[in-house]
Amino acid sequence: MAMTGIQIFKLLPKTNCKDCGFPTCLAFAMALAAGKAELDKCPHVSEESKAQLAESSAPPIRAVTIGTGDNALKVGGELVLYRHEKTFFNPTGLGVVVSDTMSDDEVTAKVEKADKLEYERVGIMLRPDLVACKCESGDPAKFEALVNKVQGMTSLNLVLMSDNMDALKAGAMAAKDRKPLLYAATKDNADAAAELAKETECPLAVKGTSLDEVAELTDKLTKAGLKDLVIDSGAREIKTLLRDQVAIRRLALEKKFTALGFPTITLPCEMTDDPMKEAMYAALMINKYGGIALLSDIQGQAMFPLLVNRLNIYTDPQRPMATKEGIYEIGNPDENSPVLITTNFSLTYFIVMGEIESSRVPSYLLIIDTEGLSVMTAWAAGKFVADAIGIFVKKCGISDKVKEHTLIIPGLAAGMSGELEEELPDWKIVIGPREAAHIPAFLKG
Amino acid sequence: MAVEIPKVSYTGKIKTIPIGDPSKGILVGGDEAYPFYGFEGALPNAPRIAMDVQDTPPEECAATIRELFSDVWDDPVAWAQKCIQEYGADMIDLELASTDPNGLDRSAEEAAEMVKKVADSIDVPLIVYGTANVEKDSDVLRMVCEVCEGRHLMVGPVQEGNYKKIGAAAIAYKHTVIANTPIDINLAKQLNILLGNLGVPDEQILIDPTTGGLGYGLEYTYSVMERIRMAAMVQQDEKLQLPMICNIGKEVWKTKEAKQTIEEAPELGDPTQRGVLMEAITAQDLLLAGANILILRHPETVKLVRSMIQELMG
Ligand code: SF4
Repeated sequence: MAMTGIQIFKLLPKTNCKDCGFPTCLAFAMALAAGKAELDKCPHVSEESKAQLAESSAPPIRAVTIGTGDNALKVGGELVLYRHEKTFFNPTGLGVVVSDTMSDDEVTAKVEKADKLEYERVGIMLRPDLVACKCESGDPAKFEALVNKVQGMTSLNLVLMSDNMDALKAGAMAAKDRKPLLYAATKDNADAAAELAKETECPLAVKGTSLDEVAELTDKLTKAGLKDLVIDSGAREIKTLLRDQVAIRRLALEKKFTALGFPTITLPCEMTDDPMKEAMYAALMINKYGGIALLSDIQGQAMFPLLVNRLNIYTDPQRPMATKEGIYEIGNPDENSPVLITTNFSLTYFIVMGEIESSRVPSYLLIIDTEGLSVMTAWAAGKFVADAIGIFVKKCGISDKVKEHTLIIPGLAAGMSGELEEELPDWKIVIGPREAAHIPAFLKG
Repeated sequence: MAVEIPKVSYTGKIKTIPIGDPSKGILVGGDEAYPFYGFEGALPNAPRIAMDVQDTPPEECAATIRELFSDVWDDPVAWAQKCIQEYGADMIDLELASTDPNGLDRSAEEAAEMVKKVADSIDVPLIVYGTANVEKDSDVLRMVCEVCEGRHLMVGPVQEGNYKKIGAAAIAYKHTVIANTPIDINLAKQLNILLGNLGVPDEQILIDPTTGGLGYGLEYTYSVMERIRMAAMVQQDEKLQLPMICNIGKEVWKTKEAKQTIEEAPELGDPTQRGVLMEAITAQDLLLAGANILILRHPETVKLVRSMIQELMG
């Protein structure tokens, strides 16, 4: 796969002209191999060498961008089979399908829901990524009208879906500036689809009836010069779909099988009429390698669990999730409300906040930045200790919000209460429960 | 172009463990491939689903849970019957919430009597969970083991701090221990070793890696379970070649988002379906990571997850 510095060196001009900013071609080659330099810094490298280098450094699964600008959806680019081996990088794109045979109102309603829906969690915005426009009328004019309507309503990224090349072309020409994913090239229309994707410079989905067929198609399209491909293995039954997703990921990563080294698109919306089942299929695709999952509708009861599942599975396991430092008001507290403090490890924060909420006792929760560590680890690391807490309590402004200066600390941190009293002489320090589950009883008692 | 799936070369398999009365022949484990990867190895026993029953009415819970169970929730025997008769539970989990020293603090004797009553009233395997208070569980679960001799219960959480006492009772009265550690592969292995040294046979151990619900630590449980399963199946780590159990209903239905009404959170959609999907997606994730037994709460979740299992095992 990746070339060594020496291998790269052999492809450079070996003139040591220093134009790249490095003293020698060899030094530059070493930096390239370590990922610390970009090839285009050398103005003298031959086209042939460039191509060879590009190929060797290409990721095993291509990262494909759908859409433009900051909200563009990037899928693929994954390097592992299990998230603990590194992390999953580009979260599964979730979207809703609208069709040109639906009523205008239905389209409006679905697109509006997709466009508006968003949730905030640990400072991260969770929202769907795509609206897929599907041609079911067979009429290019109708399809074009749908695509134009949808583009006008939302800045979400687009997928254009049609078996009919004339319709796909009409839609693609209308929306090409938005770089939609064109769906799909099949063995019957591969040449025309390739032509259209090239002309509009849009990513292209490839649909087969088996992995064999998909691999033949991507091979052909790659030879025709296309790079940004997305795979639909054709499976519409969950057991086969799971097997296909595993096969594609393993072949790309373990066998460097370039014909399947692309992200995938899956269609839970075509697999069942039951919205609960559909959500389960989409959830499975989030865990097991789906690049995109398209749904038949956007409903909070399904989108919330799906988006949170995606957040959980795609969280970098090496980096703890952290909440913002500050004063959190729970249930409209006033000057007589209790004040609790804990760390900014997001799990700690969620659990403590949930328990305070369920106590229905309006409270202030102080969150101190412990770099995402939990109470015990933050204490051990010197980040949830008396002096740090003292400084934070003084500067955060809580003193002005409450009359009675009583601070409830986690039971696990009981050992620091004496020191904390010294740091905060105008505060009374109270030791709270060791387990978050006992907070409601504590606050009510 | 003929495409072949690269297969994993498994060097270990999960032990097959009898659940409940061995004469009934209910088995879990025996996996010779990763979960649902039937294309590369045998998965002889589909995952099983238990429904949880509280030994005391829950203080605060989602409206849908109240609607479904409030007619039986002051009577664990009736609650268990409802789960079996109406919702087809494969097994029952009795949660001894009333023994919590920070709550009702019911005695070990009272708790054991209740477990016996439930055990005598049902024909399916019975799981018994304490409150994860190391000292109290030690007394309660030992007493439960003794009073229910011969019922082949699964009792937990058995933790590092009380494994000796509960483990000894489980050996003496022939129950299965649920070995619980805080989301850590090495601690899980260590506790299994300790239980083994104590004399608990492998066939009487289930691993409970500690369950985090969707949005509340699910990713930690998920990855630790994937790692445990890999260690067991491709790294010959014998001490981890045991079935895993996940207590999901309890974790999911206590979260804010599973309890909020439509008025409190209109953007989260239908509260019942939302809660069910939060529970079902947690369940599916943990099945994918290696769970062999799930404990669930909502009957719609049970149905949905069961049908996913059927489709995926096929
Ligand atoms: S610019 Fe190119 S040719 Fe010149 S030293 Fe750097 S690598 Fe060598």
